[in-house]
Amino acid sequence: MTDIDFVPSEKQLTDEESALKDVRSSYDETYGFHDDDVKYAYVSEKGLDEEKVRQISAMKNEPEWMTEIRVKAYHEFLERPTPQWGGDLNQLDFDSIYYYMRATDKTERDWDDVPPEIKDTFDKLGIPEAEQKYLQGVSAQYDSESVYHNLREDLASKGVLFLDMDSALREYPDIVKEYFGTIIPSNDNKFSALNTAVWSGGSFIYVPPGVHIEMPLQAYFRINTQNMGQFERTLIIVDKDAYVHYVEGCTAPTYSSDSLHSAVVEIIIKDGGRCRYTTIQNWSNNVYNLVTKRAVAEKNATMEWVDANLGSLLTMKYPAVILKGEGSHGEVLSIAFAGKGQHQDAGAKITHLAPNTTSQIISKSIGKDGGRGSYRGLLKVAEGADNIKSNVVCDALLLDDISRSDTYPTIEIDAQNVTMGHEASVSKIGEDQLFYLMSRGLSEDEANAMIVNGFLEPLVKELPMEYALELNRLIQIQLEGSIG
Amino acid sequence: MVTTLEIRNLHAQVAANGESILRGVNLTIKQGEVHALMGPNGSGKSTLANVLMGNPQYEITAGEVLLDGEDLLEMDTDERSRAGIFLAFQYPVSIPGVTLANFLRHAINARLKAEDPESKGMPIPKFVRMMREKMNSLGVDHSFAGRYLNEGFSGGEKKRAEVLQMAVLEPKIAIMDETDSGLDIDALRIVAEGIQKLTGPEMGALVITHYQRMLDYITPDFVHVMMHGQIVESGGAELALQLEEKGYDWLREKYGQPEQA
Ligand SMILES: Nc1ncnc2c1ncn2[C@@H]1O[C@H](COP(=O)(O)OP(=O)(O)OP(=O)(O)O)[C@@H](O)[C@H]1O
Ligand SMILES: [Mg+2]
Repeated sequence: MTDIDFVPSEKQLTDEESALKDVRSSYDETYGFHDDDVKYAYVSEKGLDEEKVRQISAMKNEPEWMTEIRVKAYHEFLERPTPQWGGDLNQLDFDSIYYYMRATDKTERDWDDVPPEIKDTFDKLGIPEAEQKYLQGVSAQYDSESVYHNLREDLASKGVLFLDMDSALREYPDIVKEYFGTIIPSNDNKFSALNTAVWSGGSFIYVPPGVHIEMPLQAYFRINTQNMGQFERTLIIVDKDAYVHYVEGCTAPTYSSDSLHSAVVEIIIKDGGRCRYTTIQNWSNNVYNLVTKRAVAEKNATMEWVDANLGSLLTMKYPAVILKGEGSHGEVLSIAFAGKGQHQDAGAKITHLAPNTTSQIISKSIGKDGGRGSYRGLLKVAEGADNIKSNVVCDALLLDDISRSDTYPTIEIDAQNVTMGHEASVSKIGEDQLFYLMSRGLSEDEANAMIVNGFLEPLVKELPMEYALELNRLIQIQLEGSIG
Repeated sequence: MVTTLEIRNLHAQVAANGESILRGVNLTIKQGEVHALMGPNGSGKSTLANVLMGNPQYEITAGEVLLDGEDLLEMDTDERSRAGIFLAFQYPVSIPGVTLANFLRHAINARLKAEDPESKGMPIPKFVRMMREKMNSLGVDHSFAGRYLNEGFSGGEKKRAEVLQMAVLEPKIAIMDETDSGLDIDALRIVAEGIQKLTGPEMGALVITHYQRMLDYITPDFVHVMMHGQIVESGGAELALQLEEKGYDWLREKYGQPEQA
């Protein structure tokens, strides 16, 4: 097994498992397990009912309207059947999941106040270094809530808001109320309903008109506890002619029982604005990663989703762009790596509502050791949305004969003058390519990794430097990790 | 110590169909020596080059190859490379998305790590300086480093890239398979002069070629002729001139059809 710095030791895992067995949780108790000394302020019981939903809201001192949104969403969640398309969700046991937990009581303002154990984890993830070089603001999510939040003053002085969603609800309730759930209604699907009911953490960003944030804003997420669900909720509002690049990176240690990650990300881009949202996710192989992401682009606005999915048991994620305003542009660039026992069901949804809109989807998937990658795409052109250009490219690279790749493109066009291209390819690593690279001294693993990285390069070069490096490293780990 | 590559009675066949190609090759190459290998199309020159590098398309049916007394045929391709064998391919494949510079940096670091598992690899500034130097000495445009490996390279550009890789990896024994073909007249001179600079006491070379023009720059110590999977004639630099003048027919007459392996 390759060394991943932040994977807990055998001993930590055993300690944690036994600690978990002893959990007879009550909300007031504090539990310290995993990463040795982090104290959890709350560990709710597994499973969910209306009472728990209300408790979550109460503990956060939320306004009444949010409590009602949550409760309503909880019932919508109950009423909706588990989707039977896409990946297999039937093994997902909603009663075995913790729905709320937080590591510290208050959101830290200053890096110095962050508990040392948590810092240590961030150290291992390379965050402080990243902070020095790249960060304009950090919103690091440790389990359910942000423990650290820092926004550079120049941004603040420009009127940019960047804080965790819980704080945003406290400090800017009117803005949150105006936009929350307007892009993705709670009843959009079973998992958006669940997220709306139990959401915790996530980021809130508002960029005022004309403000360009040159450096990417970043947040790190991590599932740290067995059976810990993460239900972060992100809302980004990019005002007229403004620009932001938001980056989230997720890594998770491996655990033996099932975990659920179900996020909702809503983005509004007003006239002439531009938003790029980059994700690198590397969940442990037992996580269900079921995320709803959608952006609405108004006149001449641009939305770009860059989405890299590694790990997880099942990922179902189809970043969506609604091209609502004339001249708007939507892009989805996605990378999926499916290893042993994994199913990456990823894709994109683009809806052209207005004329003269353009879109581009590039999807690259890699299958190894029987992993399965599916591209599921929806391209919709509404009546009256004339003069549309759209291009879809799906490439799959299979590293062996037992891995699998499929594409499920759906196209609905009700307009005139639509130009669209769709290309799909499936390829395998050539013996002659491996021989060539090995003839220069690279091991077979390194040669494979190099070919895979080359395959992904057109998308990886869209990532900020440190993420590109991290992704390359993660892929290397995935490629080597098949022994046994 | 002078590195020696010893090929003894080497027989090899195509793995896919069992067709026998090499039928008893004997050849010894020492560091510092330049050997030219000539011979008609299809006689087995590239096969020999590939077999020495460990191409899985071929199976060894008899014979041995020793690198300083060690069994080369037991080594994986990457080990052979790290042990100092290099092959400049006749037809290099392309690797989309992998830049020449990135590839070479990994190749160098693989060597450093094989020597010392603690090695962090060559620092990037040092690597960049070294690349610039080598590109200058071979007349290779710096933009090359950022291009994807052989992707969309012209025939001549591929050959230059092969020689650049050779210059960077500093092999002890380099096999160049028709590195002179596809080069225009100026490029031939530049590349051949580059190769000439690389040869010397540190490098032994097996230069596979059809023409004397390359050998005008790199004077071979030995010239060998391969026919039907065997080296049938060896001589000094003058043998190449003789072949240029007379072709291969006189050798065909002299040696006739080879015995079947
Ligand atoms: N992988 C292979 N599969 C089938 N036949 C092969 C393979 N490799 C070589 N051969 C055959 O072996 C013979 C020798 O080929 P090789 O490429 O070694 O010749 P060569 O001497 O390099 O020729 P040239 O001067 O044209 O480059 C040819 O008949 C060729 O078709
Ligand atoms: Mg040849």
